[in-house]
Amino acid sequence: MAAGPAYIYRYDGSYPGFLCCVAECFRDKRLPQGVQLLDEPQATLFPIKEVETRPGLAQRVERSLPERISPLAHSMVRRGFLTCMEEKELRLLRFILLGYKHGAKVTNMSTHDDVHALDAALLYLKNEAHYHVEFLRFAECGGFLASTITPNNLVLPLIAPHFCERLNTEDFVIYEKTHQMGFVHQAGGRREFFQAQGWDPPKPTEAEERFRALWKKFYDTVAVEGRVNPKLRRGNMPMRYWVNMTEFQGRL
Amino acid sequence: MDLFEKLEILTDAAKYDVACTSSGVDRPGAPGALGSAVKAGICHSFAADGRCISLLKVLMSNDCAYDCTYCVNRRSQECRRTSFTPEELCTLTMQFYRRNYIEGLFLSSAVVRNPDYTCELMLQALRMLRERERFWGYVHVKAIPGASPRLTQQLGMLADRMSVNIELPSQKSLSLLAPQKSKEKILTPMRQIRDGIAENAKDIVKYKAAPRFVPAGQSTQMIIGATPEPDRQVLMLAEGLYKKFSLKRVFFSAYMPVVSDRALPARDTPPPLLREHRLYQADWLLRFYGFQAGEILDDAHPDFDPLLDPKCSWAVRHMEHFPVEVNRAPYEMLLRVPGIGVKSARRIRSARRQATLDFDGLKKLGVVLKRARYFITCKGKSISPLPMDDPAVIAGAIRERGFAQMGKGGQSWQGRELPALEQLSLFAPSREDGVKRLTGQI
Ligand code: SF4
Repeated sequence: MAAGPAYIYRYDGSYPGFLCCVAECFRDKRLPQGVQLLDEPQATLFPIKEVETRPGLAQRVERSLPERISPLAHSMVRRGFLTCMEEKELRLLRFILLGYKHGAKVTNMSTHDDVHALDAALLYLKNEAHYHVEFLRFAECGGFLASTITPNNLVLPLIAPHFCERLNTEDFVIYEKTHQMGFVHQAGGRREFFQAQGWDPPKPTEAEERFRALWKKFYDTVAVEGRVNPKLRRGNMPMRYWVNMTEFQGRL
Repeated sequence: MDLFEKLEILTDAAKYDVACTSSGVDRPGAPGALGSAVKAGICHSFAADGRCISLLKVLMSNDCAYDCTYCVNRRSQECRRTSFTPEELCTLTMQFYRRNYIEGLFLSSAVVRNPDYTCELMLQALRMLRERERFWGYVHVKAIPGASPRLTQQLGMLADRMSVNIELPSQKSLSLLAPQKSKEKILTPMRQIRDGIAENAKDIVKYKAAPRFVPAGQSTQMIIGATPEPDRQVLMLAEGLYKKFSLKRVFFSAYMPVVSDRALPARDTPPPLLREHRLYQADWLLRFYGFQAGEILDDAHPDFDPLLDPKCSWAVRHMEHFPVEVNRAPYEMLLRVPGIGVKSARRIRSARRQATLDFDGLKKLGVVLKRARYFITCKGKSISPLPMDDPAVIAGAIRERGFAQMGKGGQSWQGRELPALEQLSLFAPSREDGVKRLTGQI
């Protein structure tokens, strides 16, 4: 690509915003030096470019992904945006450019640094989503079920459908503290994502306290004493998820 | 008695049952019903013993009329006795389920009064769950040997999986330790469930909405180490059960001495976990690697080798088949190479269609050569650091390190002291028995 100053892009952190960075990069005919969020502190020697989020432009870039690369690559970019991969935007940007160049082949180029990093990040995302299907806990707080989770990747969009299907008779809220994002489900009705700086569920009911205690009783009793195996337990259930689990409340 | 105490007693009495997975059936959610089921199963927690907690595993009752010697609930044992009411069990299941603590219910029971009465109790609870509460999650229920077929049939219409415990590996042990049970009493419901499943499969072909009978299939478990059967007999029995009863799984449970009796190992005998581990490895070979029980253990070798896994053990006894040429060996033979698992064998099969493989190529495919190198060639070349023809030397080289290091004094076999415990859990049903285990490299 042509020479010119290498910019630092700053954008609003949204997915359409990121797609506009892709378009910007195309116009610049050169990769940016880095991609930052608008609200990050500015501490850089490189020239800054603020990238405006324009829905129409974002849509055009989005459409080009399945058309010019492949539906799989498109889905990888979308999921990749949910990961906590380091320099996520820059990696995805380079992945997309690589895709424009090589077409559908790009998803198989797993020895390429960026493709490899994306594959690894997607695997982590998938595993972490699965951990949350397993270990997420709801608490009844006066009329609805509430759950708080603290994943590294933004798993909420991946796990919400599972709980909507399974708990279709329930009203529930899942709040993802790490990304300050939540999801509401009403039995047979509303389902939507929301953003909130913080969210505290109402106090648990008395019945709730009782079922928590019953669950702890079950959890403690079901282990076979002669086979206690802390390493195996940690291997199957990483300790970082314990903080939000009922059976460990007040015990860590 | 309050619900806490009941839950404690009836969980404690059920926890030695190992056949507890939520796998085998895909059932999408239904509007208006709570729950769904996923084929691979879902674990919701792991207990202090590292094993998966997927289902609320409890007994309906521990108030047993029978007197099986090895069991904590036997009539002659002094202990707290209690039963859940169907209502209590239903509430616990629903409330645990909606909080995402569990995938469903695993319901077993001691024999209250008689087998039919016990079945009726369990039926009441399951009907309440399925029909009144519209519970759509997973249910595993134990058939009660000796109950009338009509009741077993009804249980099967409400459950996803059913199991009958084979309990002990021989009729002789059964009559010695469980006098009120017999092989016939155990096999009758097993046969009935097998035939019920087959019958139901035909109905479903004819009529898609036909009600499902035990859609996740049947399993069983047996206790290892309470009685003196050699490993070979246990494995042959497992193989027979897979073939004759089309079981989904046979589980093995290392005997925990929970009662004192002259007919049983002493109270301080540690559970034979290594033996249990070897049985799961061998079970794997039966189900996914195309081995026959008679090949894994034969008259000359009726018990497992404590230092070698069963696949390695077979290989060093059959060096006449090795080395195999990776580029030409049939897939079935690749599977028999120590260190090459199902995943690696499949990768090799598809990669060699494109190009002839060398050792570098194998490494790129992710094939681990640590043990395999003694048994293979690539383009006619070997990278074995040893002469190929000495089984004893090869056996020494591929021993499981943790065990080999135990050396003389410490570890012994068949139940005294135990070697590095965490190594023994690889094949026990700790996570769900779905996809993850499939990649197990033996
Ligand atoms: S029937 Fe035998 S094994 Fe079952 S609970 Fe009663 S005593 Fe125990």
